[in-house]
Amino acid sequence: MNLPLVGAAVDRADGRVKVTGAARYTADVALPNAAYAVMVTSEIARGRIASVDAVRARSLQGVLAVLSYENAPRVRAEGNDNAFALSLLQDDRVRYDREPVAVVVGESLERAHHAASLVRIAYEAQAPVTSIETSTDRYAPEEIFGHPASVTRGDPEAALSAAAIQVRRVYSTPVEHHNPMEPHATIASWDGDRLTVYDATQGITNVRKRLAAIFEIPVENVRVISSFLGGGFGGKGGVWSHVALAAMAARVVGRTVKLVLTRPQMFGSVGYRPRTIQAIALGADRDGRLSAIAHDVLSQTSVFDEFVESSGLVTKMLYAAPNVRTTHTLARVNAATPTYMRAPGEASGTFALESAMDELAYAAGIDSIELRLRNYAQTDPDDGKEFSSKHLRECYALGAEKIGWSERDVRPRSMRNGRLLLGMGMATATYPANRVSASAVVRMEADGSVVVRSGTQDLGTGSYTVYAQLAATILELPLERVRMELGDTDLPPAPLSAGSWTAASVGSAVYEAASALRDRLRKGEKAPLEARADAKAAWGGRYSTHAFGAQFARVEVDPDLGEVRVRAMIGAFAAGRILNRKTARSQYLGGMVFGIGMALHEETRFDASTGRIVNANLAGYLVPVNADVGSMEAYIVEEEDAHVNPIGVKGVGELGATGSAAAIATAVFHATGVRVRDLPITPEKLLQP
Amino acid sequence: MNGEARELCVEPRVTLLDALREHLDLTGTKKGCDQGTCGACTVLVDGRRVLSCLTLAVMHAGASVTTIEGVARGDALHPVQDAFVEHDAFQCGYCTPGQILCAIALLQEGRTLDDAAIREQMSGNLCRCGAYENIVAAVRAVAERTT
Ligand code: FES
Ligand code: FES
Repeated sequence: MNLPLVGAAVDRADGRVKVTGAARYTADVALPNAAYAVMVTSEIARGRIASVDAVRARSLQGVLAVLSYENAPRVRAEGNDNAFALSLLQDDRVRYDREPVAVVVGESLERAHHAASLVRIAYEAQAPVTSIETSTDRYAPEEIFGHPASVTRGDPEAALSAAAIQVRRVYSTPVEHHNPMEPHATIASWDGDRLTVYDATQGITNVRKRLAAIFEIPVENVRVISSFLGGGFGGKGGVWSHVALAAMAARVVGRTVKLVLTRPQMFGSVGYRPRTIQAIALGADRDGRLSAIAHDVLSQTSVFDEFVESSGLVTKMLYAAPNVRTTHTLARVNAATPTYMRAPGEASGTFALESAMDELAYAAGIDSIELRLRNYAQTDPDDGKEFSSKHLRECYALGAEKIGWSERDVRPRSMRNGRLLLGMGMATATYPANRVSASAVVRMEADGSVVVRSGTQDLGTGSYTVYAQLAATILELPLERVRMELGDTDLPPAPLSAGSWTAASVGSAVYEAASALRDRLRKGEKAPLEARADAKAAWGGRYSTHAFGAQFARVEVDPDLGEVRVRAMIGAFAAGRILNRKTARSQYLGGMVFGIGMALHEETRFDASTGRIVNANLAGYLVPVNADVGSMEAYIVEEEDAHVNPIGVKGVGELGATGSAAAIATAVFHATGVRVRDLPITPEKLLQP
Repeated sequence: MNGEARELCVEPRVTLLDALREHLDLTGTKKGCDQGTCGACTVLVDGRRVLSCLTLAVMHAGASVTTIEGVARGDALHPVQDAFVEHDAFQCGYCTPGQILCAIALLQEGRTLDDAAIREQMSGNLCRCGAYENIVAAVRAVAERTT
């Protein structure tokens, strides 16, 4: 293989169009004669719609339609194993705050918004269940992404009671909303029973299939286009209600319809990371060697669908402990259905597990890194398989060196900078290396230029760049000769951009297609010439496949105000072959910033009596800003993996978002001596006596 | 508008942001919140940074408005645009037009003295992709070259 282990740090192929404003994101697409749709969303979390008064809205000039359950066309809104149940104005029930209850279509954006404000909806409200603590509707899901939801190995309870050192703690994480900077947007046009949709989505193929099912038309009749995506983080992975509502509205008014969510609506029907309460028990001998781990996770789902935050999955495989139990329980609440959010399960799970490991390090009087090395899993403890590759030791060592771990005085509240308390913390990062089926065509034109075609998406992950780079390397062409086409269901199908599997999946397809094209050219065939590859899904096989890393943080805490400042973060990551050093580093850093938000800022707050969200905007829901981020660096630990997939790529999108919150939380403990187990770590939690 | 006189007839309630996006087809300026909380809609009005979602178009008749489309000189990118590409100061690119216009104004105002100042001054422009470290590097690089 002539691919370098770490691909060149070339600039983004789409850099120029993004810095000049030329890149058209979904809402920027201007189609002739388009009308504007605006959703009206519920003002209660549970109950029924008593009446819809749209008289004033309809009487406004330029209002084309007001749809509610009273007059909306009947469509198939129910969910299945692969699709969430939707809110498509099919009945009078209200199941969560900000559920779509009406759609207004107008000639101009202002008219549509004004008319939406005039729709009067009366409700019969019922008392909602607003938290997992108060929910009595609990059950154990059977599986999570094909894994059993609960696993027991050995006899964890017996081993725990016999352990010389026991750490039993409860950690919790709040509801978080993805809040990509680009609001969800859909533009829909019908031509007879053919539907064309521009959509801000992480998965055009899924949108296509779902819309075909909802409107009961053949899949081939639906074309979905998504050229540029303004971030997704999992929130644009599901096909949500507004996508179908835009198409429904377009059909009703017989025009192209553009529907863009408002920022407050992005706290409604488009998913979120659910709240978790995680009980962790660690049993170890005096040297810190783990004999048992138990991780029992309670998280929320909606009253009408299921999503499991898989926080316990990581615990099955991260440390070599003979006795392990992980369980997942769901509690139904009157909130929207949660969904995947950057490192679903691993982000929340590593916060709990790695915080508990830090508590064990203190209980045993052992350095945090040394504790992890003593419990290093040489093979996957869950299934006994060999890891396809694992360079976690190297990550610990590199990260420790770069952050200056040896300067750390292990005693809490022992390091200061003037009146500020200093702290250093660390945690392990890990994310599974998955791969699903993907297709790609690589074509050489008569002039020798090459186009790579695959119906994947670019969320900001670098898809326009890295697959062109990959094909150029294989075909030994200058990068300027290769261009990537993506984001259109007319192209060969590619998977949802999620689960950090895109580089491995689409990359493998591009690799196979480009290699086939190269071989044919070498045999003397002449351009124009193209080769297609349909690379198969592959999970596991003989090896356990995971990426690993180590996260380190330095914080300063004001002892009087409880204000935490992240001064530095260092990540060291080993994720197989890296396609582009520059874009991979950016993804790692972005994941680490997500960890800062999780640790210190982000929390969607629900009113305990009404179940309504009280901070549904970016003034009340805090995400990290530039000044919240100190100096950061992400180091790439070179890793050759001959087993994980044909190109040895593991994926980098989510790894950086794992362990980062725990690294900050443990640094805050080191600085202050206060252990906050309920995220986010806000000043008042540090100031409690 | 970007150095060109543009005539436009809009309702008084149309924001500057919607006038740009929906009436002038200048969609480089982004709507991230429409509430003045994210900075994605930042443009320069008579050289000053303005959140175009929080101001009405009719209030700026006769003003000089610079959007991301008016920053490059023909094919030659503005130094801040170049630096953003070189330092990979974005991922999805959605916040980028606002970040670049904010940075251009800061550089002109001489407020980019050190990293802490850059971070503080750029904090009105959210980036959910978390490109902050690279944004600082890009702004710093231009500041160093121009002073
Ligand atoms: S769109 Fe204007 S500040 Fe967010
Ligand atoms: S680059 Fe995506 S929000 Fe900044």
